[in-house]
Parts: sequence; structure tokens; C-alpha cells
Amino acid sequence: MALAVQLMLSGDGDLGEIVALSLRVSLTATALACLVGLPIGAVVAISRFRGRGAVLILMNALMGLPPVVVGLLVYLHLSRSGPLGFLGLLYTPTAMIIAQTILITPIIAALSRQVLEDLHAEYSEQFRSFCLTRRQTVSALLWDGRYSLLTVGLAGFGRAVAEVGAVIIVGGNIDHLTRVMTTAIALETSKGDLALALALGIVLLVIALGINAAVQGIRMTAVQQAHV
Amino acid sequence: MSDVALMTGLPEIARVRAASMTPMEASDVVLKLGGATVLDGVTFRLRPGGCTVIMGPNGAGKSLLLKLLHGLIRPTSGRVEWNGKPATEVTSRQSLVFQKPVLLRRSVMANLDFVLRARGADRSRREELLAHVGLEHKAEQPARLLSGGEAQRLAMARALATEPDVLLLDEPTASLDPASVLAIEKIMADARDRGVRTILVTHDPGQARRMADEVIFLHGGQVAEHAAASDFFSGPQCQVALDFMNGRIVV
Amino acid sequence: MIGNSIGVMALTIAMTVSAAAQDKSIIVQSTTSTANSGLYDHLLPIFQDATGIQVNVVAVGTGQAIKNAENCDGDVLLVHAKPSEEQFVSEGFGSKRTDLMYNDFVVVGPESDPAGVGGMSDAQAALKQIAEQGALFASRGDDSGTHKKEISLWNAAGVDPSAASGDWYRETGSGMGATLNAGIGMGAYVMTDRATWISFENKQDYTIQVEGDEDLFNQYGVIPVSGDKCPSVNVEAAEAFADWLISGEGQDTIAAYKVSDQQLFFPNAPVN
Repeated sequence: MALAVQLMLSGDGDLGEIVALSLRVSLTATALACLVGLPIGAVVAISRFRGRGAVLILMNALMGLPPVVVGLLVYLHLSRSGPLGFLGLLYTPTAMIIAQTILITPIIAALSRQVLEDLHAEYSEQFRSFCLTRRQTVSALLWDGRYSLLTVGLAGFGRAVAEVGAVIIVGGNIDHLTRVMTTAIALETSKGDLALALALGIVLLVIALGINAAVQGIRMTAVQQAHV
Repeated sequence: MSDVALMTGLPEIARVRAASMTPMEASDVVLKLGGATVLDGVTFRLRPGGCTVIMGPNGAGKSLLLKLLHGLIRPTSGRVEWNGKPATEVTSRQSLVFQKPVLLRRSVMANLDFVLRARGADRSRREELLAHVGLEHKAEQPARLLSGGEAQRLAMARALATEPDVLLLDEPTASLDPASVLAIEKIMADARDRGVRTILVTHDPGQARRMADEVIFLHGGQVAEHAAASDFFSGPQCQVALDFMNGRIVV
Repeated sequence: MIGNSIGVMALTIAMTVSAAAQDKSIIVQSTTSTANSGLYDHLLPIFQDATGIQVNVVAVGTGQAIKNAENCDGDVLLVHAKPSEEQFVSEGFGSKRTDLMYNDFVVVGPESDPAGVGGMSDAQAALKQIAEQGALFASRGDDSGTHKKEISLWNAAGVDPSAASGDWYRETGSGMGATLNAGIGMGAYVMTDRATWISFENKQDYTIQVEGDEDLFNQYGVIPVSGDKCPSVNVEAAEAFADWLISGEGQDTIAAYKVSDQQLFFPNAPVN
């Protein structure tokens, strides 16, 4: 614990770099996953079609995608010998963003589907009375559900920033290039430096707490305006 | 009471507008929900103009009838047609005000903007609409923090934003305070007087007297009585309506 | 899902400014012991100052490092499993293999030394004794260089530990550090390279029990990945790095790296 405080206070450049990369990778992945996952969640939420039950089961099951499997799939695609190898993306932050995006898009889609379906249950009759198009319905639900969806985004971010299995495979844990909080923790653990590993873990926890507190603050404001 | 009698006193333009949607005909409408027959052969005809009040005890199917007229649900059998068109095709020319307004999680102003924009209407009408329902001072407030009466006034403004030919109201003043009831009734009356064909479901005999040009009394999923307001209130023909108006419990 | 992922990839590609794509950078697929012991932190800044070439190290087990290099996902291979390395070269993936440095393997165990192997210098005899006693032994079990070495020692000792897998023979399927952590946690003997052991910080009551056998010799080799097989390889920079490592300056730099006053790697590149 003392080591964690010392680490943070020392303003250690390497630590700052690692934290910054963690945030950059996971926040970008969360943003991209929201860009893809939220519309999917919304469309499934308002649609009734044959096989919808199967789609829901699939979406929920994909939430449990093991990071290592995602890492492996992305590795096989991005490897020089893979179909996208010519892009030269393996062992770059971009590869890590891709892996985490794939990992959490199902989470964003499945959780937002649940949130938006509840909201739609409240709005649907009024919306049909307004004769809204599907596009209008989807965008209205996404906007009115924005504060609840923040929590969904947070769940995705939490999963992304905490996973190690995918980023270590596609990022390679390269010092000063692709080393993030979790891979640094894994490295220190394998060096037997458990105190430093734990300290890094606490730093990660503090960052997660900070982000959660910020989102909670935004939600509180929204609650005061009865927007949740 | 003839069609002509009901039409007198309306401006010419209003009659034309209402005429484009009316007459409305419900023919032998049956609605079954989950095995229960809610409406059982409802037949009536609405002429252009004025306000029709639909009354009846709880569970008579009033709200569902309103949704059928609005085209939100389809009858199990029978037809609901506005000037020859199925109700489901003319939903956009009507507005329905629900008993509990469903307001978006946005400001009062944004709630109006949403409908105006969604329907491609003139956004500059927002101020006029807010003023019409007396909410101009609340424009920036979160809609969900409005009192019950204010929320329903916003719902009225929203319903009128699309300039509907037909205004359907499902107990819009239930559980509101008298001042709010008065305000809502004034907005309804204004719309009716401008030629918007108004159909009001209400539980309140006083409101029915103040608003109705004619009354449809539903009981047991059927039209028990359909009469001009003056005739109905001077003495309903059927026993259940009489009991209802006299404050007896009708089931 | 697949369509999804491709969409996402297309999006992210647009934002890519990857450091690895720079001309003056290479990726070294390396065994973990060299990375975890801190050798690269000592070597690379000196090399980078001299040449301006950025070296990015991916530290995985030898088996995986070779696989990754065969997928052309590296410019230089630095591992410690000579037969596999020679196969890598003979299959055309590497241009040439050079002995780089050595250290040795040791068997570490708890103070209580349940199999009584403390002080032994005959590795085969010690392993045999561990097997006979049924004392816990934690193996990498991950096809790494250390794992391959360990298997060859068991074979030489005439013991088939896989029969006792899950019993006294525990295969962790993890890296050296993780296996040490696990082994120490369960009180098992572990075979590790000396460099990792010296720099390992969670030793608890563990000490070196077996050392000094010729069989425990641990040779590291360096191989630039072939540009013929893998056109994406930065041949020039890869060869510059390999050449520097086996040069007099590189060898001296390796020899100079110490942890707790102990030299971890002993350079033995052939002198030209």
C-alpha cells in the first residue's frame, strides 16, 4: 500500500506512460465498442423478429468471451502470416484497441439492449402514436437512455482496462510501446516482485475508482433532473 | 339530432378540416386480449366536428377503444375506418393524450422540439405552443420535474404540435387538481372550437357535461348508448348509464 | 461478430500511427528469462544510443517465440533451445544461428528439502530421487526452452514424469516466474535458469538445491529472421542487432550485467 502511494506520488515517468497507454487503449476501445454496440443493442431492443431469442442468447454468451481467445483471434488476423498482416499492426496499441473493442462490444450491445428495452417499454406506445421511424426511435432511446448507458459504457471500460489475456498476446507487453497496467502487473508477478505488482494493482484500482466516481457524479446530476 | 345541428357554430375552415377525416365508422368491432373479449361488437359512427365523450365503468374497454380509433392496435374482427381509410393508416393525423403523459427525459422545450422535428413541423411554433398551454416560463426545466398538471399541459402542447385533425384524450385530467383540470379543459375546448375532432374518455360526469357534444356510453364491451349530449344528460335511455350518472356503482 | 470486428478494424486502422512501423525499429521474439532478469533494460539503451535502432522485446516462452517468429511476427529470435533453433534455421526461417551466451539451470527447493537432494550436483540422480520420493515438482509444461531441457533430463534419468502428472508432477503451463510462484506456493521443486532465479524477488525460504552439472548448461542463441521467408522483416536492423550482440562490445556489455553482484549471463559467441 505504501509502495502504491509512493509510486503515484513519485510521478514516475514510466508509470505515467503505462497509465496513459492503459487509459488511451481502453477508453478508445470503449468508445469504438459503444459506436458499434449501442446501435446494435438499440435495434435489437426495439425489434421483434424470428430467432430473436437465439440472438439474445448469443449476445449474452458473447459477453463471456475469454480475453485470451479474443487475443488469439486478433493475433491470427494481424500476424504477418495472417490475412491482415500487411497492415503491420501486431504489437501496436492499435492491435490492443482492436482486441479490446471486440472483447467488449458484445458487453455494450447486450447490456444496452436490456437498458433500452426497458426504456422502450415505457416509450413505445407514445412513439407509435408519434409515428416515429425506426431510426428516430433508436436515436431517441439512445439519447434518453444516455445516463443509464454511461453505466453500460463503464462496464465495458472496466472489462477492457482490467483484462490482460488479449493485450498481452496482441500487444506483446513491449516496454515503452505496448505495456499497460495489467501486463505490467503480470510481468512484475512473474518476476516475483509481488509488492510492486500489488502496488500497480492498487494504482489501477484507484484510477478505476476515479473514473467511476466521475461517472457517478454525472449520473447524480442527471438524477436531480429526473433524467435517469 | 342531425349532422347539421352538430356542425353549426363551427368556422367554415374547421368543417373542411374535420371533414377530411370524418365520418368515422366502427363496424362490429371485436377485440380479444388473452382470451378475454374486451370489445364485443362495437358499432358507431362519428360525424364531423365537435367533441364526443366516451364514458363507462372501469373495464368497459374505453381506453382500448381509443387506441383502436388511433390505429395503435387492430381489432380482432370488424373495422375501424376514418373516411374510408383504416385507422392504422391515419395515425399520424391524430394525436393521443395518455392518462399518464410519457415525457422524454429532456427539458420541456426539448420535448416539444422532438415532436416538431420528428414530424418535420415548423420549429418556430414552439414558443406559441408553450404560451398556449402556459408553460413558457418552464421551457428550460427538466420535463420530468413538472407537476402532474404541468406535465399534462406539456403533453397537450405536444399533441397539438403536429396540428392533428383528430385529438384523442384518455382521461387526461384524472387525479389532477381543479385548477389544472380547468386549464386542460380550456385547451381541449380551444382545439375543438378550432375544428379539431375531439374524442374524450372521461370518468368525470361534470367534465362530460362541460365538454360533450355527444356521448357514447360503453358497457360490457358494447355501446350501451350513443346520444347527443343534451339528450343524454337530461336522461339516459339505458339503465346502466342512468345508474352511472346517478353515482351508483356500475360494474 | 466477424463483420463487426472487421468494421472496427477498418476504423482503427485509420487512426494508426504505429511505432513498430518505423524504419528504425525491430521486434525481438525473446525467451522470458532474458527479459525478466532485466538484461534488456541494461543492453538496449546502449545499443540504441549507438545505432538509433529501437528494439521492442516480446518476451514469451521459447516455444511461442519460435512460433511467432515463424509467423514473421519478429525480426530477431533470441531463445535457448538449440535443437529447435537449428530446425528454425534449416527450415529457412532464420538466416544464421549464433551462440550468444550461456548460464545454467538450477533446481530450487524449500529449506525442508523433502527429497533430500540438497547439495547434489548430479542432475539426473537428483531428479530420479525426487521422483522416487514422490516429492512435488513444478514443471513449466509450456514447451519453453527450460521445459524442453527439463524433459530431456527426465528422459536421461529414465523417469517418465508425465505418468505422475497432477500427482507429484505439477505442470503449470506458465512462464518461469509464474511457475516459480506456483511451485513456491505448493512447496515443490522447480527447475529454473539461474538468471531468473537470482533476479526473482519472491524466493521465500527457497534456495538452490541442485547445481553444477554439465547437463544443466543453458545456451542462448540469436537468429535474425530470414528476409526471404518474411519480407516484412527489417533485415538490416535485425542483423545489426544480432551482429552487435556477438561483437566484442556486445559481449562485454552482456558480461557486465550483474544482479546482487552476480553475473547472470556469460557471453560465448565465437570470436571472428
